[in-house]
Amino acid sequence: MTKRNVILYGLGMAVSAAVLLAVFQRLVQPKYMTPPSLDGNLIGDYYNSGYDHDVLFIGDCECYENFSPVTLWQDYGIPCYIRGSAQQLIWQSYYLLEDALRYEKPKVAVFNVLSMKYGEPQKEEYNRMSIEGMRWSMSKVNNIKASMTEEESFLSYVFPVLRYHSGWSSISAEDFRYFFGVKPNFFAGYYLRADVKPAANVPKGTPLTDYTFSETCWDYLNRMRTLCEENDIRLVLIKAPSLYPYWYPEWNDQITDYAAAYDLPYINFLDEEVLAETGIDYNTDTYDAGLHLNVYGAEKLSHWFGGYLRDNYALPDRSNEPLLANEYANIAARYMSEIEWQKNNLTEYGNVFGLTAQETQ
Amino acid sequence: MNETLEKVIEILTELHEDVDFRTRERLWDDHILDSFDVVTLTSELNNEFDIVITADRLTPENFNSAQALAAMVEELEDI
Amino acid sequence: MLFTDSAFIIGLVLLCIVYFVIPKRFRWMLLLAASLAFYAYTGIGNLLYIGTTALSTYIITLLSDGFARERTQVLSLHKKDWSRDEKKAYKARMNKRRFRLLVLCLVLNFGILAVIKYGAFTVRNVNSLIGLFGGSGMKVPEFLLPMGISFYIFQTMGYAIDVYREKYPAEKNFARLLLFVSFFPQLVQGPISRYDDLSKGLFAGNGFQPRRVLFGTQRILWGYAKKMVLADRILPAVKLLISDPEQYQGVFVFLGILYYTLELYADFTGGIDITIGIGQVLGIPITENFNRPFFSKNISEYWRRWHITLGTWFKEYLFYPVSVCKPLLDLSKWSREKFGKNVGKYVPVFVSSIIVWFVTGLWHGAAWNFIVWGLMNAVIILISEILAPQYAKFHKRFAWSNTHAYDGFQALRTTLLMGFLRMFDCYRDVPLTFRMFGTMFTKWNLHVLWDGSLMQLSLSRADYVILIVGALTLFYASLRGRKGSVRKQVLEISPVLSCAMTVALLMIIVVFGAYGLGYDASQFIYNQF
Repeated sequence: MTKRNVILYGLGMAVSAAVLLAVFQRLVQPKYMTPPSLDGNLIGDYYNSGYDHDVLFIGDCECYENFSPVTLWQDYGIPCYIRGSAQQLIWQSYYLLEDALRYEKPKVAVFNVLSMKYGEPQKEEYNRMSIEGMRWSMSKVNNIKASMTEEESFLSYVFPVLRYHSGWSSISAEDFRYFFGVKPNFFAGYYLRADVKPAANVPKGTPLTDYTFSETCWDYLNRMRTLCEENDIRLVLIKAPSLYPYWYPEWNDQITDYAAAYDLPYINFLDEEVLAETGIDYNTDTYDAGLHLNVYGAEKLSHWFGGYLRDNYALPDRSNEPLLANEYANIAARYMSEIEWQKNNLTEYGNVFGLTAQETQ
Repeated sequence: MNETLEKVIEILTELHEDVDFRTRERLWDDHILDSFDVVTLTSELNNEFDIVITADRLTPENFNSAQALAAMVEELEDI
Repeated sequence: MLFTDSAFIIGLVLLCIVYFVIPKRFRWMLLLAASLAFYAYTGIGNLLYIGTTALSTYIITLLSDGFARERTQVLSLHKKDWSRDEKKAYKARMNKRRFRLLVLCLVLNFGILAVIKYGAFTVRNVNSLIGLFGGSGMKVPEFLLPMGISFYIFQTMGYAIDVYREKYPAEKNFARLLLFVSFFPQLVQGPISRYDDLSKGLFAGNGFQPRRVLFGTQRILWGYAKKMVLADRILPAVKLLISDPEQYQGVFVFLGILYYTLELYADFTGGIDITIGIGQVLGIPITENFNRPFFSKNISEYWRRWHITLGTWFKEYLFYPVSVCKPLLDLSKWSREKFGKNVGKYVPVFVSSIIVWFVTGLWHGAAWNFIVWGLMNAVIILISEILAPQYAKFHKRFAWSNTHAYDGFQALRTTLLMGFLRMFDCYRDVPLTFRMFGTMFTKWNLHVLWDGSLMQLSLSRADYVILIVGALTLFYASLRGRKGSVRKQVLEISPVLSCAMTVALLMIIVVFGAYGLGYDASQFIYNQF
């Protein structure tokens, strides 16, 4: 065999192996296009946005299901984006903020403090949903390292095929349809639900033996605060008005003390006074009995919060900027039709996604 | 044909009647002599020729043919 | 560290690249560095054990070689003036010295192995003996077993015995001997190499030969495929079947035997394929350890074809020396005179067979189930030895017993028999093993084969398809392999086909390998947190 042939055959093998692996990897990666589990696409969707947001929300579902950027835009001309994902842990929020700063400099960062309760990596699947959508950067690397549960390996984030390979037996039409990319249906990071399920009998939290937040969480909260200071971003701490998971008064006190110590604003929307001001009604404004708000609740909450932001941080009304106006007009249009679609489905099928009885099984 | 070789072949034939040990080679390599045969053979040769075949001599080189066995026996008789 | 660890795979790829980049004379040093790094990775303290074995063997074999040289010199000096008896006496004196050195080496190293691997077992058994007489026992020592300790100690002691027997001179460079002792691809599952076989390739610093590298890579991938696609897939089912002897009886026991046979074969031969494949890529020939064992006609033949290097080691260094040692030969002579030639003939091989199989059992693990397993092997082998003349008559008389079909029957019989014996290895409890064996004949639950129970063994329909296709592929490859290397046959058809096969193997491992976290789409549904 000549030297040239050896190189040719070697290259041929390497290239065909790489192509086959890449194709297979793309096929088995979850597409998150079957309602209601669409959340896995939230993080990646950020990179399709215009990178010109005055406000950036970071946090878990209490962020991305409770605030409507469309309302903030329409009512106050504030462009905002929610970088949230399922059970997003505090370090994941931190690294997502770090990642976003590579593209833009928001004026305000809003962090939902629920994730202070988790000092350890929790669930592998949620890690995947939070991290895999990120573009590669040191923030992603550090995020992976901080998030991995014991059973995970870094390599499987670099080559997701190592994680999903056994999905070969369940490759479906969806995997081919969205092979070249998914079409996420979010609204500047907001996950919209238009159904109603009143909150009744909200369970009280069972007493804990220890209410102190872990060192890790404090550390990341400090890093988040410093990162914001360095970049001249105002950090706002909030606790969204989700009735469950239970937010203990002992937890609330620790955050209140921290905010006071560093002169940070902290708004607890579970506080009855604030809640009354927002006008949220748990009989009509939640779609799952108090865990998350539906679009009606989100709009009320966003309207109140937009006013707060405008008044306290002098955020300008940018609704006359053509580029932004255009972008948000598009989002708003999709938003309205999504609400219509979900409402129609509700009357026709009894659920917002128009799933048949068989599919909801 | 010397006496030693004749005697060796006689002992071998007692072990395996159906093998022509005059011509057959690779006795060890082809497992015609298995490990039990090797031990039995060793003990027979020790008795017959009043020699001591030590374990380090139980190798294919020495056991692959009747000729090789005879040569080993003669060498040991010399010592 | 296991072959399937990502750290091992990445390290291996890097090693192969660096190996062919650096000058040839440094290549063995790279292998040594890699081997020590590999071993340190399994526990830095383990270097102490392997270092002790290498150093003690190094010093003792050098001393022994020195005496041998001195002996030769003195003898040639006194060729004329010494009488034959004088020479003989001198030789005996020198050889005694060398023998003492060898014994020292063996006692030291097997002593280490005995204490670490068998200390707890011995003390526990002594304790139960003491308990019989109402005494209180000693504290049971617990050691972490350094990886591959049985393999490298056996390999190194083989070297020490060979040097004593003057098969080849002792290695004068300690670093080289250390590489022989610690050569990393062999530390996981063997084989047990001989110094004169392995050293040639080890220190040669081989060039990059595309064909060899391709074949080596194919063999490595083939090994990984066996291990990851078949062995690791069926392992949970094997574990499940033996975990609950009350529930899994009758047909389940038989299934367990079949599954375990496949698991062990795929895992062990796969590991050896990886080892030999690595050697082939680097240009280091490593002894084969398997030769289509399931085509064996009887247990003796099986043991010449399964874990060959261990069998050879025991034969050369234990079975033969014990069989032809003076006391045993005397015993044989005595029983010959007493009970006749036929009985006398069997005495040495019977005694040493039992010793060898006792030790072989012990080698596999420090527990009675392994010892009983070893002795059962001995019993079967000895019975078939006694019946050998009857078998010969049988084959002469019945022509149909010399057909291929009958060969197949014998192969199947051997495979099943070995499977039954391996139950000792599965249940790890001697009485339980016999009881479970019994349920195969007393508990008639054939219905589990079609009532869906097979799907409850942590194996899905897809798993069964892969296992069956995989097992058939192994069988087919074995058949093809009788006509010489399958890889060669494929390459001769076309280089493109050979390359395609390589890529296909890689894809099969990645897609169908049972590694990482299993993917279950339902886990990825966000459930309200």
